[in-house]
Amino acid sequence: METIAKTAAVAAPDQQTVYEQMVSRGVSRREFLKFCGWISACMGLGTEGMAQVANALENKRRIPVVWMHFQECTCCSESFLRSSHPIVADILLDKISLDYTETLLAASGHQAEACLQDTITKYKGEYLLCVEGSVPTGADGAYCCIGGRSAEAILTEVAEGAKAVIAWGNCACSGCVQAAKPNPTGATPIHRLIAGKPVVNVQGCPPIAEVMAGVLVHLLTFDRIPQLDALGRPKAFYSRRVHDTCYRRPNYDAGLFVESFDDDNARKGFCLYKMGCRGPTTYNSCGTIRWNGGVSFPIQSGHGCIGCSESNFWDNGPFYTRLTSFPGFGIETTADRIGMVAGVATVAGVAAHAVLTNIRKHDEIGEQPGESAAAAPPPPAVKPEDKGGTQP
Amino acid sequence: MRTNTLPAPPHAFQRIYVWELPIRFYHWLNALCILTLIVTGFIIANPPAINNGSEAAFSYWFGTTRFIHFAAAYIFVFNLLVRIYWGFVGNQYANWKNFLPLRRAQYREIFTVLRVDILETSNKVIVAIGHNALAYLTYTVLFLVSLFQVASGFALYAKMSHWWLPQLFTWMLPLFGGDASLRNWHHFATWFFIVFTIIHVYLVFYHDYVEGHGVISSMAGGWKFLPTRHREAVQGKSWFTVGKASPPHPGRPGPPP
Ligand code: SF4
Repeated sequence: METIAKTAAVAAPDQQTVYEQMVSRGVSRREFLKFCGWISACMGLGTEGMAQVANALENKRRIPVVWMHFQECTCCSESFLRSSHPIVADILLDKISLDYTETLLAASGHQAEACLQDTITKYKGEYLLCVEGSVPTGADGAYCCIGGRSAEAILTEVAEGAKAVIAWGNCACSGCVQAAKPNPTGATPIHRLIAGKPVVNVQGCPPIAEVMAGVLVHLLTFDRIPQLDALGRPKAFYSRRVHDTCYRRPNYDAGLFVESFDDDNARKGFCLYKMGCRGPTTYNSCGTIRWNGGVSFPIQSGHGCIGCSESNFWDNGPFYTRLTSFPGFGIETTADRIGMVAGVATVAGVAAHAVLTNIRKHDEIGEQPGESAAAAPPPPAVKPEDKGGTQP
Repeated sequence: MRTNTLPAPPHAFQRIYVWELPIRFYHWLNALCILTLIVTGFIIANPPAINNGSEAAFSYWFGTTRFIHFAAAYIFVFNLLVRIYWGFVGNQYANWKNFLPLRRAQYREIFTVLRVDILETSNKVIVAIGHNALAYLTYTVLFLVSLFQVASGFALYAKMSHWWLPQLFTWMLPLFGGDASLRNWHHFATWFFIVFTIIHVYLVFYHDYVEGHGVISSMAGGWKFLPTRHREAVQGKSWFTVGKASPPHPGRPGPPP
């Protein structure tokens, strides 16, 4: 830990390390180390991991970041800015150096565009591209234009020289509400539009601030993409279901369920499974990291999880029933309704077939020629043990 | 020795050993698993409101229900594997080749069965000692849906398990767009088994009733009984033959025995 003890040398602002910038902003050594410990705990790293994080923030130069906004509501930025830890927003947004972001940029118009061009030429192959929002591909991209250019064109240009891409939130990862059926604007997630670049999907609507910070710090510390799951989400934060970390889980296993939002069970804090909770099918850290500095999360507040870190969660509705509507059969038609209709139809068909059989197969069903007792010849004696298995 | 006096058989039956013991065992274990999986599956999907007075610490019935579902699923899977294996080493009626309609004759047979048994536009006599070709095809579909249930079930289960086997199926999740929609499909496919069971049970009754070959008891004892007048079909190479339309209904004296 000796390295941690050194003080920041003075360097040009864009050459400074994160720690140097923090110090110049008046952050104490103690606060800095607290931050390192806290963020590495969020990332699931051990004590050595914390030292690595501190080391990286002290010694590595800031990463240039270009933060694009397309079809979205800026709730990801909001979540990030409202992180419980002041250093997160301050340092990671301000100091890791947001070279371009529509929301927070002081410059506007041509100046802002020039700023973007500046960054992507100056730091070609080095900068990190963060994308918030999906890209509409319908109507030649006319649904989302910035500075007269379509989102798709901008994304292609900016992604070209990016080192890695982070897709913030459900919009960028899977299209969120604007991609819900019938997806009128052709909203497309980022990973479908970018080829040959690693894309980290930081899911959620919005993602948890600590998760966002954790991903950025991971990239800065280890200089590589964190381990991702099959849907491109960092495993450190998305490998467990909300259900597996939910404090109401014992009620689930005990079969104690809330039956309606105003019943006694709801007051007792039973499991929200029957109220449509999507915890069992949702991968996120809400149960552990929680929201607003660990104050609460939806289930703790008495509302089921809506599955906002899963693709197509808007189409997997309705939110307040366990069984969702079945694709291709119109809204509110569940698998059970379809199955029930099919079952009843089958029983009816089978019954009709039975009637038909008794009419059409009348000849086969009855006595066959020679079987009539009257027509039988005088019975010879047959030994009971003679089974007559294979008669000639 | 005392001898009983019984009427002479008006026409003889040939007794044929069709379903070997592993097949019968598979059949009933499979039926039991499917029943268990359907019942527990519906309970898991929509648990009844019971035990609401108690505390979580004193009850585990929902966990137990899920345990039974998972245990039955494992038995179902290994049973299915045994059946597939038996398709290679079992007798001709259990052979895997019957399940794939690759030969022309099988297609002809399917159409005949459709006409005779489903639409009943023809009264030919069908002698199928194993299943008929249409039935074999239906079982192929059942196998495929079973495989889907196994794969989707394991994919949904993988998060609760440390064993490698369920992990082999996690690729199903991104394919179906996540756990929620895969679970929906898993639930939907259950209805296939319900509809299948209705038809299946009806058809064995139908065949037993119309043909009198003892198809219901064949799944207990393994034997089927064929009138010797169908012996050509039994002895010939083909295990399936379409006979002539049956004679008119009795009521007139039959041919001399
Ligand atoms: S409230 Fe939701 S996440 Fe929590 S145990 Fe119940 S179903 Fe699972």
